[in-house]
Amino acid sequence: MIYYLIPSLLMFCCGVYGFVTRKNMIAMLISLELMLNAVDINFVVFNRYLFPGQLEGMFFTLFAIAIAAAETALAIAIIINVFRAARNVDVNDLNKMKH
Amino acid sequence: MESLGGIIMYWVIALAIVIFSVLTVTTRKILRSATYLLFVLFATAALYFKLDYEFLGAVQIAVYAGGIVVLFVFSILLTSHPGDNTARLVSKKRVLGLVAGVATLVVAGWALLSRCAEMASRLPIMDNPSMHRIGETLMGTGKGEYLLPFEAVSVLLLACIIGGVTVARKR
Amino acid sequence: MDITIPILILAIPLFMFLLLGLTGMKMPHWLAGTLGTAGMGTVLVLSYITALTYFYGGSPQFIAENGERLQAVIFNCTWLQFTPSLVIKLGFLLDPISALMLIVIPTISFMVHLYSMGYMRDHHGVYEHGFQRFYAFLSLFSFSMLGLVVATNIFQMYIFWELVGASSYLLIGFYYKKPSAVAASKKAFIVTRFADLGFLIGILVLSYYTGTFDFMQLTSAPVDGMEGVYQISEQTAMGVKNIFAQSAAPVFMGASVLTWALVLIFMGGMGKSAMMPLHIWLPDAMEGPTPVSALIHAATMVVAGVYLVARLYPLYLMETASLDIVVVVGALTAFYAAMVACAQIDIKRVLAFSTISQIAFMMVSLGVSRPEFHDGIGYMAGMFHLFTHAMFKALLFLCAGAIIHAVGSNDYTDMHGLRKYMPITNVCFLIGCLAIAGIIPFAGFFSKDEILVACFGHSIFWYIWMSAVAGLTAFYMFRIYYLIFWWKEHKVHEGHHKPSDQPWTMTLPLVILAVVSCLAGFVPMGNLVTWNGVPMFDHVNFFTNLTHLNWSVALVSLAVAIVAIVIATVMYRKENPLPDRMAGMMPRLWDWCHHRFYWDELYQFITHKIIFGCISRPIAWFDRHIIDGAMDGLAIVTNKASYAIRGLQSGKIQMYVWIYLIGVLLLAAVTAFCLM
Repeated sequence: MIYYLIPSLLMFCCGVYGFVTRKNMIAMLISLELMLNAVDINFVVFNRYLFPGQLEGMFFTLFAIAIAAAETALAIAIIINVFRAARNVDVNDLNKMKH
Repeated sequence: MESLGGIIMYWVIALAIVIFSVLTVTTRKILRSATYLLFVLFATAALYFKLDYEFLGAVQIAVYAGGIVVLFVFSILLTSHPGDNTARLVSKKRVLGLVAGVATLVVAGWALLSRCAEMASRLPIMDNPSMHRIGETLMGTGKGEYLLPFEAVSVLLLACIIGGVTVARKR
Repeated sequence: MDITIPILILAIPLFMFLLLGLTGMKMPHWLAGTLGTAGMGTVLVLSYITALTYFYGGSPQFIAENGERLQAVIFNCTWLQFTPSLVIKLGFLLDPISALMLIVIPTISFMVHLYSMGYMRDHHGVYEHGFQRFYAFLSLFSFSMLGLVVATNIFQMYIFWELVGASSYLLIGFYYKKPSAVAASKKAFIVTRFADLGFLIGILVLSYYTGTFDFMQLTSAPVDGMEGVYQISEQTAMGVKNIFAQSAAPVFMGASVLTWALVLIFMGGMGKSAMMPLHIWLPDAMEGPTPVSALIHAATMVVAGVYLVARLYPLYLMETASLDIVVVVGALTAFYAAMVACAQIDIKRVLAFSTISQIAFMMVSLGVSRPEFHDGIGYMAGMFHLFTHAMFKALLFLCAGAIIHAVGSNDYTDMHGLRKYMPITNVCFLIGCLAIAGIIPFAGFFSKDEILVACFGHSIFWYIWMSAVAGLTAFYMFRIYYLIFWWKEHKVHEGHHKPSDQPWTMTLPLVILAVVSCLAGFVPMGNLVTWNGVPMFDHVNFFTNLTHLNWSVALVSLAVAIVAIVIATVMYRKENPLPDRMAGMMPRLWDWCHHRFYWDELYQFITHKIIFGCISRPIAWFDRHIIDGAMDGLAIVTNKASYAIRGLQSGKIQMYVWIYLIGVLLLAAVTAFCLM
């Protein structure tokens, strides 16, 4: 089992790194997807190894995928809107919200 | 790790995941980043197949690879100018990111190794969940069945469609 | 009886209030006035139908075979049910006194509605600001007052009691830009609130012991074979008394608990009916528009206290000590108010004190009433006086309003000699004065005579006392009459136009009320309204009241009134130094009367010096420095802390993620370490 968890962990760390370093919002979103995917893998692996007769982990993953799709679509809609307003998708320029 | 073929498959998948993940977050071209993400997602799907969850693998390919990545590509094409490279990272920021990633790696990896290293080293035997069973579970209302979350997700998707249209609409 | 008409009687004014209150500002002024008046006219017709059906319809629901008038509950629906036993109902009770009030209230209210169409605009025909609001409030008041008199239980009465208080407050403060009006409305509200506290406690004590709010269960017994029909029953009242007598603590501070409850309820009545010492709000309430004074502060609302005592009269009868208190309070108030009325300059104040005095007459009349004497003639006389007083006092107020409207001032010093300019008003005012003075055959003569008969039957002392007050009444009314219409030639100021009679909307109500004041005395009240519903006379015709007079009492009171009028004529008909010399002879008395025996100053002293100075100020200090200080300290600390951590909210998402991540990792590490 550990053999499957370690690639997933590395994937998650890459996601974290990407999320903290990238400035492009779309790139941040991509990092986010990486992290999400890593979590999905964990669900599936735990399901497969520890409770092979049940389907909970699998369904969690299934729903996570659906929600990820929704979230991505919405986030991209927002990004495009922001881009239209600012001609830019740089997250550092988007601190107007705090005011 | 039962058969040699299985072991080879595992290593291919694992390496693909790690390498493409790293490339995803380090490449300077955003379009390439999306492409590497696609590869990572494919590898993940392969992982699911290998773990006998065929339906899940199919969903992963269809939704992630087919849907989300395409969305990414479209939005990238819409928002960035071709041939644009992202500026080189400021070293301070890079260090910050590295610290975050490595810290996560250390904490989570330590937890993982200290607990799960010995756990369930053998792959238990499992029948492929049949489509019939998946369908029953998804549509049932009993214990361990998922009609309510299913409906919730459908409402969420609807809301998301409306929200997406409203937000992105031209005024 | 069908329930449609009773429901409409209540629903129309409420609907008018909502309509005019919500959409009035969008309407033209004349439409709002016409709508309000038309609504009230409809209510007038419906109430007359109801009351006349009750008195003369002959239905077995209303009158028993032996001629006894019954109490009919037209409808009674549950409004709030807290527990199976604690139920608050809203209903419509028809009995002699509520039917009587169903005649009085819509009559006066309709006259006032009509009159206000003329009064609430200036000489150029421009409507006053807030004209529609005025009509909305009038409708609200009419609704509340009607709801009060038809209440089937004491809690419904309390609800509407507060509603009339609220509408009175709104109307006194109608000219809300005038500081004195605002102060007067607040004063009225607070004083009556204070009294209502007693009322509420009384209600709670009464219902705690008896377990009911219902009037019928307190004072009446059901009539066999008919649902919702009751008759006044002494046995029921006796039963209530026994409940109190058998309770764990039947005596509290030297008086029975029932007496306490009744006196506390009477305290509510004292507040509303401006009995001493809670009378101070009524003279100030004259700051409101004069039609309002006529409607609320002379004819209807202020008699609510009398009505309350009358409603619970069988219970009061069980504890004669409480009736004695009613008598003493009433008699003192009557005398005091009559004295003060002799020395006021503002004609509305004179009328206000006259009102206080006359209501006190009614209270005394209820208080001296005993079934042993003439079948409780005092009760009948009190209700009779309520009826006639409403008519002639409304007439006097409306005349005063017409005069004030014409002259533009409240003081008689600006009037003098108006008789040539305002002949109709002159005649109407004279009729009102004759009626209140008790000259045969005007309305006040009959009712006041019967009150004096009742006093005579109770004790000779109170009879002499009240006769003296009646004489004073005649004196001050004619004093003010002569000072307005005679005394000397009227001086028209430069730039003012000549005062004259007012437009028909104002004059017509005067004439109608004047006619009613002439005739109201002949209403055979003894057959209509008695405390137990049993009629007093076997046979009734137009002259019943005249033929049943107790002539010895009547002649004495007539003589007293005529002497008083003659004195007033001598002193005030023509300008002469006599009044000043009289005042100079008794400077102290004049001064005290003129300053209303310094009651207001006394209250001022008590509230400001004692309550504010000794109690409120330390509390205020504590509030400001300790409680507020603690709150301010919290606010300052929060503010400082916010400034200190403001930098964290940079708006940079990646910074947030980074900090979040550190937190999560630390938590994970700590958890993992602890679980090792």
